[in-house]
Amino acid sequence: MSEVTLVVNGRKVKRVVEDRTLLVHFLRDELDLTGTHVGCDTAQCGTCVVQMDGKAVKSCSILAAQADGSEVVTIEAADSGYDDLHPMQKAFKEYHGLQCGFCTPGMIMAGIDMVRRYGPGNLDEATVRQNLEGNICRCTGYHNIVKAILAASDEMAKSDTQLNEAAE
Amino acid sequence: MHQTQYHRANSVEEAVNMAQGASDPRYLSGGMTLLPTMKQRLAAPSDLIDLRHIDAMQGVSEEGDMIVIGGATSHNDIATNDIIQSKAPGLAYQASHIGDPMVRHMGTIGGSVANNDPAACYPSAMIALNAVIRTNNREVAAEDFFTGLFDTVLDEGEIVTGVAFKAPEQSGYGKFPNPASRYAMAGVFVARTADGVRVAVTGAGDDGVFRATALEEALNDDFSASALDGKTIDSTGLMGDIHASPEYRAALIVAMAKRAVVLANGGDPDTKAATPAGTAAV
Repeated sequence: MSEVTLVVNGRKVKRVVEDRTLLVHFLRDELDLTGTHVGCDTAQCGTCVVQMDGKAVKSCSILAAQADGSEVVTIEAADSGYDDLHPMQKAFKEYHGLQCGFCTPGMIMAGIDMVRRYGPGNLDEATVRQNLEGNICRCTGYHNIVKAILAASDEMAKSDTQLNEAAE
Repeated sequence: MHQTQYHRANSVEEAVNMAQGASDPRYLSGGMTLLPTMKQRLAAPSDLIDLRHIDAMQGVSEEGDMIVIGGATSHNDIATNDIIQSKAPGLAYQASHIGDPMVRHMGTIGGSVANNDPAACYPSAMIALNAVIRTNNREVAAEDFFTGLFDTVLDEGEIVTGVAFKAPEQSGYGKFPNPASRYAMAGVFVARTADGVRVAVTGAGDDGVFRATALEEALNDDFSASALDGKTIDSTGLMGDIHASPEYRAALIVAMAKRAVVLANGGDPDTKAATPAGTAAV
């Protein structure tokens, strides 16, 4: 057994779990954070994507013990710091970037990470499609997901400019 | 997954000691191969020794004219590193095409090199760049290091602590990924070094990574994609499976070598996607 201490969505949590416990099961079974999904369970589909220390990772392929001491953000806290939903969530709603919704938490977390890596407003369609390699959707055919991520990226660039102007 | 015991090492010495005290230990780096393998119960180590937090195995540095990459450096950190992007852009490109973004945040070069998956990307770069693989007790030339499918010269308990190579004059990589797994069905790394052009092929050889000397000769005379027009690779000793026959892989090798040369010469071989400029704050 391992004692695992994490900061999850800003809250410090401590649990004693089997060493083989995967991070996704720690989140879902120990913390009842069931927004993070298990799809393929083989690291292909990306429904389990969360942020660990600011970077998107597949929580089905990481032990909770490996994550010990790190900060984890799940879909439940994607909108923290925003009055309403996160711009990525709003864009998925606006552009109909989901149908059944099963892949959506992973898509949103991967989308937010994409904007972080390339910078708001710096994405183009080919880049988004290439960076969606690790997220599978069985419903949409991806077109609206790509549109949503591009729109959110532009929206985040706008709000960044507003924030910078407000700071000046 | 079977029961296992997790240990986190803070130094190479500590990791080696932890392994010595365990009945059936495995080193765990990014875990992007080992954990899925354990979930399928194809591996069931008694103990996992996590190397990802060892400071001495992190990041990219320069030692004289050598570029050194710590074994616990992630694919993403290699792809976006300034030194690698400016001095070995072929390697940055290669690292940015491994797996998917989430896998690249966890997976490490040391883990990949030690595992020597016959379809992994890095072995081709290591051989083409004439790299040295550093372990906790020796340095081994890449060409001597990789000995077969999932096989290396590593002894029991030995750790890949890093890799080192001289900056090539030019470098490029061409990869034809398996559409499902994204592993290379043929991946060709081309490096133009002071000692001539070196071409190494992954994903296609029956016995793992190998050098394509016929392509090297052609590129030594003329370092352009057109120098490879009409060149062929003997399909003997190439892998054949449901995805591609040995003959198809032979053709892919020449095509991917051309893409690698185009990239090395500053062209855009196959992708319209931008390369991440680094980590930008949101």
